[in-house]
Amino acid sequence: MAVLAASASAPPNSRRQRPPRQRSTQSTRRQTRAAYLLITPFLIVFVAMLIVPLFYSGYLSLFATQLIGGQEFVGLANYLQALTDPSFLGGLGRVGLFLLIQVPIMLVLALFFALALDSSRVRGSKAARLAIFVPYAVPGVVATLMWGYLYGNDFGPIAQTFRAIGIDAPNLLANDNILGSMMNIVTWEFVGYNMIIMYAALRTIPTELFDAAEVDGASEWRVAWSIKIPAIRPAIMLTVIFSIIGSFQLFNEPNLLYRLAPNVIGNDFTPNQYAYTVAFVNQDVPYAAAIAFLLGLVIMVVSYVVQLSTQRKENLS
Amino acid sequence: MRTTARRTALSLGTIVVTAGLLLTGCTSPGSSTTDKTTVSQADIDKALDTPTKLTFWTWVPDIENEVALFEKKYPKIDVEVVNVGNGADEYTKLRTALKAGKGAPDVAQIEYQYLSSFRLTDSLADLTPYGAADLSDEYVEWVWNQVQTEDGSVWAIPQDSGPLGNLYRSDILAQAGITEAPTTWAQYAEDAATIKAATGSYISNMPGNDPGQMVGLFWQAGAKPFGYDGDKTVKVDIASDETKKVVDYWNDLIQKDLVSVDPDFNDSFYQSLASGKYAGWVTAAWAPVFLQGTAANTSGKWTAAKIPQWNEGDDVSGNWGGSSDVVLKTSENPIAAYELAKFINNDPESTLKFATDQFLFPTKTDTLADPAFVDQEAEFYGGQKVNELFAGVSDTVDVSFEWLPFMDYVYSSYNETLGKAIADKTDLSTALQAWDDEVTAYAKKQGFTVE
Repeated sequence: MAVLAASASAPPNSRRQRPPRQRSTQSTRRQTRAAYLLITPFLIVFVAMLIVPLFYSGYLSLFATQLIGGQEFVGLANYLQALTDPSFLGGLGRVGLFLLIQVPIMLVLALFFALALDSSRVRGSKAARLAIFVPYAVPGVVATLMWGYLYGNDFGPIAQTFRAIGIDAPNLLANDNILGSMMNIVTWEFVGYNMIIMYAALRTIPTELFDAAEVDGASEWRVAWSIKIPAIRPAIMLTVIFSIIGSFQLFNEPNLLYRLAPNVIGNDFTPNQYAYTVAFVNQDVPYAAAIAFLLGLVIMVVSYVVQLSTQRKENLS
Repeated sequence: MRTTARRTALSLGTIVVTAGLLLTGCTSPGSSTTDKTTVSQADIDKALDTPTKLTFWTWVPDIENEVALFEKKYPKIDVEVVNVGNGADEYTKLRTALKAGKGAPDVAQIEYQYLSSFRLTDSLADLTPYGAADLSDEYVEWVWNQVQTEDGSVWAIPQDSGPLGNLYRSDILAQAGITEAPTTWAQYAEDAATIKAATGSYISNMPGNDPGQMVGLFWQAGAKPFGYDGDKTVKVDIASDETKKVVDYWNDLIQKDLVSVDPDFNDSFYQSLASGKYAGWVTAAWAPVFLQGTAANTSGKWTAAKIPQWNEGDDVSGNWGGSSDVVLKTSENPIAAYELAKFINNDPESTLKFATDQFLFPTKTDTLADPAFVDQEAEFYGGQKVNELFAGVSDTVDVSFEWLPFMDYVYSSYNETLGKAIADKTDLSTALQAWDDEVTAYAKKQGFTVE
């Protein structure tokens, strides 16, 4: 908002130049005031709904609560307990694995689709774009019902196909396969979403670059590799960061698949699901808050490391 | 969550969860002393003649019909029925509202096994001042024991129950040459082998995600795994001789692949009931009607029977499911709230409506004897008087079964221990001990004295 207000004041043709430093202080002040006024509603909600609860949760996480005896200040004991809690660490390991395997697959697929649609070689690209994006718009409950049916061991079409050709059907909802099955669902759900982000970025690349490449005789692949992908790097980074957060925060899919394979998923499949169980089943809100904070810390560290490493690459090139 | 996260800035990643947690942590419930003074008839008449608005949380479908009978009798009382979710979903919201100090209903539906967890937080109104103790003779003894504590206080009015029984596909059993339902568990195991060999069907399913069913079987076997004195002392005796007997029995059937271990109450389970993968179902009194809805294509092929016995000649059952209606202590109109809870579960017209329209299995003795209920012939069961059978079963349920004041945890822990062993077909008796250990550790951590 503040940026918008400032740039709108500059004459359109001088957008690339820095605004003159000396200005009428009175108008600057007025603009600043207007800007703050405009963002006030957001700030109020932001502070009331995010900042205050965040601090309150942080405060809560320093207590221990008992059904008999109430709350007691324990400092960082909850955090120490979480660091040795096999349920929390197991969940982190699972989402870590999820991140390492599923995110690259999903993003490469998304990038491939985005490039394919952008190359305008695909006939009916609008329909294809919609088809790839539609799963993102399917409500989670419906998606799980659908996948539950597809994965079902007794009546699912996948199992039946296997049996029809005389091979033992793999139980897609068993201990060893559930993470893979979940990766599949999440990929199906979010490929379209990531594709749209990348596709939108691709559409903003100036066409002169392609004309120049064509004159130089570059192939479509070469154009994609040397022009398009580098040009949309910020968009790709955005999807990477979103996916990291999304993976660590995995909750909906395990929570919904729980109905199909309750004993396989359990109540601590992912850290978020575990925090939910701790808060609402075990009724230990402070410990759940501590788990949530630790998870947030992990997400921040991982995201920061990823960002840092790509920045360094950019600096080197 | 994933979607939200994508729209949330990086550093705010965990806020979604933590903000949610905040909801449960606001304020502690206001404590008030128990008022034992009796409410006079004049007070009751006055309360029922004063324009009052009541909120009633329940997940019974079409309960508006019974509530309408109440409103017709007491036109000044306006009841708002709200369905905030089934079972655990409702309890979570109820606890949140109680902690927040506002937003809790006047009357709420609570399953028997969760009553003590709300007593623990001092959230329920004692109904004896309103005359609830006088109702004790009108209900089945074991059900009444679920809502009354030893000190004589009554915490809820029973709504429905689920005495255990055995539903089976007589056509599949006939194919295996079995014409009579097994009367003992030993016979049941033999039949299981015969049925599996002859037809490929499982005699029943034993899910790993339904502690209620397993606890019902414990109940039938005479086990007393839980106990609570209403204060700070709990009894945890999950791994006892009686429960081990039950668990070892099912362990054997599971290991021999004579019962399936599919999770229950999901789509695949319904299809298995309809397709004959299961030749029967060890279940409760609410199941006969439930089954008609899920396996409609098998109408006429089912028969209801009493649950097999551990000792030849015995006649004991357990219970699986059922609810009661409580008055929350925070209610500003406790008299009217009590009258609502009482009316819908006590008025003959209302209780019969529950039994015949919503198919809630009655808890009131006169409804259980009402010809309009017991003489119903169920076409789905080949014209059998299923209600009559289960009405008889209701009297054979052990009368003193208690719960822990944290059944949410106990059941969740079951799914991680014994339930998981069932699903994975690993040794059940080790898992039973693990369940016992987890629950004991939790109870101690929560500050209870464990016996």
